[in-house]
Amino acid sequence: MTEDIIKKIQSQIDRHKILIYMKGTREIPQCGFSARTVRLFESYGVPFETVDVLADLVLRESLKKFSNWPTFPQVYIKGKLVGGCDICLELHERGELEQMAKAALEG
Amino acid sequence: MRDGLIYLNNKTEVGIITFMNTKEIKVMIENAMPGSIVNVEGDGTHFEAIVVSSEFEGKGLVDQHQMVYKVLGEAMKDRIHALSLKTYTPQQWKGIK
Repeated sequence: MTEDIIKKIQSQIDRHKILIYMKGTREIPQCGFSARTVRLFESYGVPFETVDVLADLVLRESLKKFSNWPTFPQVYIKGKLVGGCDICLELHERGELEQMAKAALEG
Repeated sequence: MRDGLIYLNNKTEVGIITFMNTKEIKVMIENAMPGSIVNVEGDGTHFEAIVVSSEFEGKGLVDQHQMVYKVLGEAMKDRIHALSLKTYTPQQWKGIK
């Protein structure tokens, strides 16, 4: 994992309050887990950014090391890894995910 | 011979990725996390696992899941395509049962 890929990832997660590294795009997700996660955030009506890791295999492999997370999607809120689809669903069921998303946009 | 997937890596070596089974995953986690309760279901590449361990106490969900992913290590790279994970402390698990 090169220095500049780390910088690239760091700048992406710092620049966007809510960022989802996913397989495919918001309009055409390529994996069920990515699709479900995107729909969650869409249901909150909050603005969020997505990055298609299928379009950049170096980024895809580097993210697994950077995040210490082997799968996608990877959700970042305010530069911090929230987790993948499972954790987002768990936090959603507890009502925490929407709170985190909205708080991130205010702060 | 166990069913598997022929793969051709860049060194044009031909090899077989044998699919994992639920028992293999369960034993891997139980060995690495003594005293844990582990339940795994799945079909060869897509798995669902529930892991209950006191080692999760005081840890956030991300840390808990990263602990389990670390245990599965290399297998997560090619042999497990999707793993839905639910982690609980013994306390939480009592509340659910």
